[in-house]
Amino acid sequence: MKKTIYIVLGGLLTLGFVSCEPEFDNPVDEPGFYTTGDADMSNFVAVGNSLTAGFADGALYITGQENSYPNIIAQQAAFADGGEFTQPLMADNLGGLLLNGEQVAQNRFVLPADPATGEPLGPVVLDGTPTTEVTTSETGPFNNMGVPGAKSFHLVTPGYSTLNPYYGRIATSSSATVLADAVSLNPSFFALWIGNNDILSYATSGGIGVDQTGNLDPSTYGNNDITDPNVFASVYNDQVNALMAGASGGVLINIPDVTSIPFFTTVPVQSIPLDAATAAAVNAQFALYNNQVLPLLVGAGVISPEEAALREINFTAGVNFPTITDDDLTDVTNILISQGIDAETAALLGQLRQANNDDLVVLTASSVLGALADPSNPLSVIGVAVPLQDQFVLTGTEQDRVSTATQAYNTTIVTLATANDLAFVDARSALAQVANGGVAYDAGLLTNEFVTGGAFSLDGVHPTPRGYAYTANLIIEEINSKYNATIPTVNIGNYGTITLTNNVSN
Amino acid sequence: MKKLLLLSVFALATAVTYAGGYRVSLQGNKSLAMGHTGVAIVNSSESVFFNPAGLVYLENKLSITGGAFGIFSDVAYQNTETGASAMTDSPLGTPFYLYGSYQATDWLAFGIGVYTPFGSTVEYEDDWAGSHLVNNIDLAAIFVQPTVSIKLSEYFSVGGGPIYVSGSVNFNRNLNRTLTDLDGNRSEVTVDASGVSEWGWTVGAMFRPTEKLTIGAHYRSEIILDAEDGDADFENIPNSPLTPFADTTFDASLPLPAEMTVGLSYQFCDKWLFAFDFNRAFWDVYESLDLDFADENIPDSVNPRNYNNASTYRFGLQYDATDMFTLRAGYYFDESPVAEGFFSPETPRNDSNGYTAGLTVNVSESLQIDASFLYLHFNEVDATYEGYTENGQVAPFGGTYKSSAFAPGLGITYKM
Repeated sequence: MKKTIYIVLGGLLTLGFVSCEPEFDNPVDEPGFYTTGDADMSNFVAVGNSLTAGFADGALYITGQENSYPNIIAQQAAFADGGEFTQPLMADNLGGLLLNGEQVAQNRFVLPADPATGEPLGPVVLDGTPTTEVTTSETGPFNNMGVPGAKSFHLVTPGYSTLNPYYGRIATSSSATVLADAVSLNPSFFALWIGNNDILSYATSGGIGVDQTGNLDPSTYGNNDITDPNVFASVYNDQVNALMAGASGGVLINIPDVTSIPFFTTVPVQSIPLDAATAAAVNAQFALYNNQVLPLLVGAGVISPEEAALREINFTAGVNFPTITDDDLTDVTNILISQGIDAETAALLGQLRQANNDDLVVLTASSVLGALADPSNPLSVIGVAVPLQDQFVLTGTEQDRVSTATQAYNTTIVTLATANDLAFVDARSALAQVANGGVAYDAGLLTNEFVTGGAFSLDGVHPTPRGYAYTANLIIEEINSKYNATIPTVNIGNYGTITLTNNVSN
Repeated sequence: MKKLLLLSVFALATAVTYAGGYRVSLQGNKSLAMGHTGVAIVNSSESVFFNPAGLVYLENKLSITGGAFGIFSDVAYQNTETGASAMTDSPLGTPFYLYGSYQATDWLAFGIGVYTPFGSTVEYEDDWAGSHLVNNIDLAAIFVQPTVSIKLSEYFSVGGGPIYVSGSVNFNRNLNRTLTDLDGNRSEVTVDASGVSEWGWTVGAMFRPTEKLTIGAHYRSEIILDAEDGDADFENIPNSPLTPFADTTFDASLPLPAEMTVGLSYQFCDKWLFAFDFNRAFWDVYESLDLDFADENIPDSVNPRNYNNASTYRFGLQYDATDMFTLRAGYYFDESPVAEGFFSPETPRNDSNGYTAGLTVNVSESLQIDASFLYLHFNEVDATYEGYTENGQVAPFGGTYKSSAFAPGLGITYKM
């Protein structure tokens, strides 16, 4: 009898243990629920620049890298049959880079707030000594071969590791190229997003560089120059061919319109508030310039009447356009000196005009505009008596150069995607949507508004984790459609934006 | 014979267990084995809980019964859009009970009960997809109930008594979906309150028109546990005036809803007893779980629940197989109190079917061993919680849930 009891109780207990775990009819974590389709994501390699690396807030740091777009794609592909994805993770979350103990890249930006009022202040660089040393970092190659700062031709430049510490960290040898290191991984699938810096450094430097269109030798380019579209097309074609060699497929991503990033849209071009009396006083100072110097220059055939009109300075009561230096104007400094004007004044007037609605003022100008160029001289207000320097303004002319080059690059990218039957992601249209109306997600709208919009980090150029997640979703959707895959997308609402902290050196 | 007994147990093993919300219907092995019926059953001091009016009909001068259950309960979650999935790793829950009744005169009986009708222990992996709603929760309440039962006539009795409750809660969740410290550790809060006490009451009536038919009704009052000055512990908070989350205390109210039961039992073919109970739990009192933090810089945490009143239909069978063995089985249908759009992973309860069985072994005249088990079956359900907001906008948390619960129990009864 006792035996029976034991059997019954034993049976009941056993039943309990086996039936305990609830199971879905179709569990997502069961093989086959998701598929990468015709794309073999077992060895996914992403090649590019800072956008591929997961650069944000002006720095590369661990949590930013974890939210890089290729890492998000790899994590989602792992729900199907995607493989491991390695990244050259930094040593800390400060960002910043040491080269032989010397800091060569700054820490990340964070957003402090006023302790008294709780109001957010402007972004500041996070305090602390970085611990990522270029010379002792683990060398690659890694699945993420995004190298911050890289331009299209840099990926195929031997010895680039000596020019760029981010590549110097991970280069397999001093003569290696980013592309060769990436190809050595034998990618089964690849993403290529390159070309942004070929116009971006020109744009963010206010167009102080040179448009090298027509110059086919990139070794002669300066860092802030625009890359010749034929150079871009040539190296890009080589990169696509090399990456395609053993791959089941790949995705090419085009270049967004850089002028819709917060770096160019945050500081209003009309930024100099003056009352009527001050405006009149300032105008009086420029009266001679407007009424005599400019007509004389026209009369001498140095400038056209149109340019003279553009160069007239006229302040009114209210918020005014600042005075700026525009290097696309005729430089009249020496002519003015030869006419007896002192060198300092001549230099100020040499390429002077007032900004207009075609100009974009860069984010970093916010700390300069309205400040005194000479602290001891209350009349040296930058944007009034002292022009805002060229590097702080991307003029309409300069924007046209950027736009022309970008369009040429993008034509190459879409053409090669089509010719090679690769997936193509139109990042340009996607960013345009973020900038014009925003993209809805489950708890709001992703926009390009600086600090609050959610898409852009505190450097005003690079995305936040949420911005990268949005990018990853766009790419996943294209892979799914091109390669009959069903990789799940992410909820971008689960991804963070900017970092709040007051633990900084102001 | 042995084989037959074994088969009978499993054949009778139809269904019944838990109830919705954080109500845990495991208040007696004999009752649970019969689908947790008992409002119209007179066979042990379990009546202290199920219907105090029944105590006075017990045959023994003294009857003491106690026992416990082990709850193996898990919840699986998945979201096919994102690939996210989770499985709770909840520790064994162990509700228990102890009832005693004493027959003072042929018309008066006294009783006392200690039992744990409310509780919830759910543990998800930290920082899982729904971590902004809950990482883990541990909710417990012990009821102590002195009872009196009075026979007003041969056919009719009443009973009842005050209830003293002592409860505790420990709850951890991330502050929202994205906030972290500088190193990416998610900002989280743990609230803890224990020794929260409150009084309630219970009353029941029983009508026995014939020897075979019993009708019962029972009501247990609502008890609202007011936690005061509980501890709120914030972790991984960025150093910023914009995130003023410093450790503080909190006040919160957690309602334990009233429950009304009516039912009957009918004895037939000499050895068989059929029982039916209808429960109505008045969950609509659970509108919102709000944490009022003492630190005025910290916004109060408002977590809408909007529960509905919910019914449970219970059926039980008892068979006196031999002098030695009494076999029982039962089934119940448990309606979830969770409202559409408010399915929270903290108490993820959809409608369920409970299947129960059990037996009593009469070891001697005065000693019985009671065993029971419950298998609670939930269908998988696509559900959403829409009570979470960011910047004033609802961010729904949804997916597919599948729960299961299994509770074996063992008890002992002493009579003299």
